[in-house]
Amino acid sequence: MSARLELSGLAKDFGRTRVLAGIDLTVEPGEMLVIVGASGCGKSTLLRLVAGLEAGGAGRVLLDGRDITGLDPAARDMAMVFQNYALYPHMSVFDNMAYGLRIRGLSRAELQARVAATAELLGLSALLDRKPRQLSGGQRQRVAMGRAIVREPRLFLFDEPLSNLDATLRLAMRVEIRRLQKRLGTTSLYVTHDQTEAMTLGDRLLVMHEGKPVQLAPPLEVYHRPANTYVAGFIGAPPMNFLPATLAGDGSAACLEGGHVLAFADGRRAGGEGRALTLGIRPEHVEVVAEGLPLTVDLAEPLGAETILIGRLPDGRLLSVRVPGEMPVPERLHVRLPARHLHVFDAASGLRLEPI
Amino acid sequence: MSTGRVLTHLVLALGVLLFLFPVWLVFAASTQEAAAISRGELSLLPRLEGLAIYPQVLAGTGEGAQHGAVWRMLGVSFAMALGIAAGKLVVSLLAAYAVAFFRFPLRMAGFWLIFLTLMLPVEVRIIPTFEVVADFGLINTFGGLVLPLVASATATLLYRQTFLLLPDELVEAARMDGAGPLRFLRDMAIPLSAPNTAALFVILFVYGWNQYLWPLIAVTDPGLQTIMVGIVRMIGIEGQTYWNRVMATAMLAMVPPVLVVLAMQRWFVKGLSEGGA
Repeated sequence: MSARLELSGLAKDFGRTRVLAGIDLTVEPGEMLVIVGASGCGKSTLLRLVAGLEAGGAGRVLLDGRDITGLDPAARDMAMVFQNYALYPHMSVFDNMAYGLRIRGLSRAELQARVAATAELLGLSALLDRKPRQLSGGQRQRVAMGRAIVREPRLFLFDEPLSNLDATLRLAMRVEIRRLQKRLGTTSLYVTHDQTEAMTLGDRLLVMHEGKPVQLAPPLEVYHRPANTYVAGFIGAPPMNFLPATLAGDGSAACLEGGHVLAFADGRRAGGEGRALTLGIRPEHVEVVAEGLPLTVDLAEPLGAETILIGRLPDGRLLSVRVPGEMPVPERLHVRLPARHLHVFDAASGLRLEPI
Repeated sequence: MSTGRVLTHLVLALGVLLFLFPVWLVFAASTQEAAAISRGELSLLPRLEGLAIYPQVLAGTGEGAQHGAVWRMLGVSFAMALGIAAGKLVVSLLAAYAVAFFRFPLRMAGFWLIFLTLMLPVEVRIIPTFEVVADFGLINTFGGLVLPLVASATATLLYRQTFLLLPDELVEAARMDGAGPLRFLRDMAIPLSAPNTAALFVILFVYGWNQYLWPLIAVTDPGLQTIMVGIVRMIGIEGQTYWNRVMATAMLAMVPPVLVVLAMQRWFVKGLSEGGA
């Protein structure tokens, strides 16, 4: 029942605004692909085009090689979990889950068996007679999941399913969704703006920005080798530090504005001396040392296990540093930017520069 | 109790008195002797032995009973009010469903046309309505009594608002579950607008019950005479007016709408409390 989803040239305009510009994407059978991006990046439109809820897009949607572009949502054999749950308020939990099965004409016995099994899987067995308004947010979310699971669809579509939950519950449900999806092995598309969700849930991430796909890669690759400054700033919390620099030393080093020279660990970059660069380094990779770049601490954000220090370099640039929580917060300190953790981007295009 | 609360209760009690006094007056008058009322001797105290007028009026017996049995008029009025209310609900629900959920040419033009008819009450269009109903051969039939009144712009408007308030995701979830338009209407739109339906039913039933002009001209058959027309006919066209009978009939005419309001009120509140998710 795991299906392969292929999108080719999927695009959509609202009036003159292009909200989605030619997405090509293959989701492998059983894969959980997370589409992540800031609001308005077109990720929800993409999901709705796949679901068939959005009409009038260009491009094609193929499920197991079959073109389903023009099909009605009901005929696509997909199930969707909505942000606000979208439960049927006048129906019991049982009826909410059974509704789609009834329409498909399942026998009473099979219907009851399937709802019972799904309720068991989600810990909803005791709640089957309740109405949605008698449930907590987490329980409603489970029912919404149950309604999708019970149909045994070929594809799950998740539209920010956790964003209405409080932080604790979100964490618990995140783990649960991952567990369920792995266990059921159903191909899934998951849309979120939350980078933690994206990192933890996805087999692969598709980072979108202004209607365009920016990077498609496994989560850790997105983290370690972000394709451009947008991805680098979006994935990772607190966000990556960016410092303007210029190419120096025949392409093998970067010179910060203050004159500090950092040699690349992985090789030379193309371009002549003085090419404008943006250097990126994550707060967790900045090392506190006895002798190095001086940093004046502006602000400390203690999180318990760690503290985020936000300070200023001599040239006035902000730099955040993640340090262990037990470390006393000094007013000044020295930091080092380890070469192997440096990300090199072209300043103009923002694109990652790989060694040549 | 604080003075504020006392004042509140006083104002409420005054309101109740203002509303109930005329009803009491009608009730008291219905138990007096017809001759006494005609002489202007209207007592505010009901005469217990006068209560016997009620069964007489209902059955159309006793002195001054040339108007026929009131139970029959009540029946006709009840059926008419029910027919009008049900007809209005069905037509408005379907019209609002079409306008709210479907995209078709001239959709908004159609909606505004319906909206415009709000400005045309029955009385304004009564001559063309009569012409149409007569051409259909429906004069002096029950259908002719009900059909011209089964469209309602108000109800269409209210249903449309209710439907527009349903979250898009709910509609989409049902679509993903495979619910077609008719199934969505049956399983979602109708149950979810039930509180609206209950409230509208009460209003429309009372509207239908109170119709006077249209039944007056559409029906001459005494067997199809409504209670409102019946009451007016009792008043002094052929000699003496039996005011006690008129008052008793007026009392009886108040009962069905009150019962409908009481019955629907419970349902209405229940529907409201179940509405939100």
